[in-house]
Amino acid sequence: MGKTVIEKIIGRNMGREVRAGEIVTVNVDWVMVHDIFTPFLAEKFAEMGFEKVWDPDRVVFVYDHMVPASQVDDIRHFRAGDAFAETYGITHVHRSDGICHQLMTEAGYVKPGDVVFGTDSHTTTYGCVGAFSTGVGYTEMASILGTGTLWVKVPETIRVEVEGTLPAGVASKDVILRLLGDLRADGATYQALEFAGSTIEAMSVASRMAMSNMAVECGAKCAVFTPDAKTAAYCGIPLTERETSLAGDPDARYARVIRYRAEELEPVLACPSQVDNIHPVKERLGTPVDQVFIGSCTNGRLEDLQAAARQLKGKKVAPFVKLIVTPASRKVYRDALADGTLAVLAEAGAMITHPGCGLCCGRAGGILSDGERVVATNNRNFLGRMGSSKVEIYLASPATAAATAAAGVISLPEE
Amino acid sequence: MSEAFTARVWVLGDDIDTDIIIPTEYLALKTIDDMKPYAFSPLRPELAGQIQPGDVIVAGKNFGCGSSREQAPEVIKALGVRCVIAKSFARIFFRNAINNGLLLMECGGVQDAVQEGEEIQVEPGRAITCGGTQYPVAALPQNLLDILEAGGLVKAMRKRNGLE
Repeated sequence: MGKTVIEKIIGRNMGREVRAGEIVTVNVDWVMVHDIFTPFLAEKFAEMGFEKVWDPDRVVFVYDHMVPASQVDDIRHFRAGDAFAETYGITHVHRSDGICHQLMTEAGYVKPGDVVFGTDSHTTTYGCVGAFSTGVGYTEMASILGTGTLWVKVPETIRVEVEGTLPAGVASKDVILRLLGDLRADGATYQALEFAGSTIEAMSVASRMAMSNMAVECGAKCAVFTPDAKTAAYCGIPLTERETSLAGDPDARYARVIRYRAEELEPVLACPSQVDNIHPVKERLGTPVDQVFIGSCTNGRLEDLQAAARQLKGKKVAPFVKLIVTPASRKVYRDALADGTLAVLAEAGAMITHPGCGLCCGRAGGILSDGERVVATNNRNFLGRMGSSKVEIYLASPATAAATAAAGVISLPEE
Repeated sequence: MSEAFTARVWVLGDDIDTDIIIPTEYLALKTIDDMKPYAFSPLRPELAGQIQPGDVIVAGKNFGCGSSREQAPEVIKALGVRCVIAKSFARIFFRNAINNGLLLMECGGVQDAVQEGEEIQVEPGRAITCGGTQYPVAALPQNLLDILEAGGLVKAMRKRNGLE
């Protein structure tokens, strides 16, 4: 009987064979904690009576949701994180380097086959390099910091195969949105997604990240991609059998197999106010917008900003439309500065902000008011997510978002 | 936690996400009690003020989806909600609720029978009774019952560390 990717990763971690449905206690390779939860984490850790962190070198703190501070009390969260790090010897503290989910792989922490937990639902992102990663609350995180372990149920897997060449103007974001529409918001609850096929193989690691990032939006515990030469180059490691063997076996047991032809996919939108309310962009053409947001842990990478710049080169953002561009990390910011991408966007009239989560989580940097409509590249369009609960949020790819910013109405990307 | 009880019901729909349960803008408030008035505010701003201790929430599928914020089950517990009954729960919310000692019950069918404001009979881990009809409840795995039994994950860890 063959194994799914997730059965192989958890089995390797346990040092024995495991099957979907088993409850096991895994050994944790990395944990990530972001600024929203530092005070609560410190409180729970003390309450539990732990004297030390199991392995301070395996702990990463990232300040991103509240950076730069937008409320006078925000500093409480940074102070709580700094004090905890100082007390327990945690040295991986990122105070303004970018969004946690970008940094965990970009800064060289998570590698293929690792088991990772973070205090954020989009921790599923690191499946882009073939890791098992998922979100937990701060109470569970406190227990992980004390014990280095966590119980999990080995998830069943939904295998998603995409074959062929994506049409021009169709991005990995359109693929994952289409999948969310088909699976619905609870269609993969407690399960793993495993992506495969020639379309997936042709994608960059950055494109895969947008997909593993949004896996949680259909309830998935995690999403995994088989590591390949691109993964190895991105992670700065040699590609060996240890990585390439993290592929689903032909005789593995899957809960479901879903297949797509890339040629049949098209630019889509998640319409207000559910992530699974998916419609083709062509059905919403001409809808006026007040703001466009390009950024977040879903679509704030260099290739995303480049895709936006291609749409906006030599053009201006439509009058009265606010275009906000937020690179996912300081590295992305510098790279986009160096290759001229930011110049194109600034020339077009974009407001370029410091890397962080502010607008996507409705805290700062362009939050919206009653009656406004936004097209955004982030991962959630829930009521009140980006400001007032009377805002219409449409989720889209960076190319669709940028084309919309230029036209001032929902538009298809130009080829 | 296993005693049967009667409770007044508040009815919510499918896919109640944690941004609805407690919006991000209130997460920086200092205590869970400070957050209480804003629970469910994007959907029903008046609800937090109407819920009385001992009430229960009956919802559809995928309750607690979205952000991992643990303040979501905590604020529900702080409002005095005795349990949440839903067709299904999102996984992070599910774990967070158990870890904080908030009783959850997976149950389908009762959603179509109950009206907001009515009373139902709740037998934790066994059944919900509404209008004379009994609806079965999914059983919890042993490792979760152990955490609930200990009074939540903090107490379970204190016991492990020889403090209780």
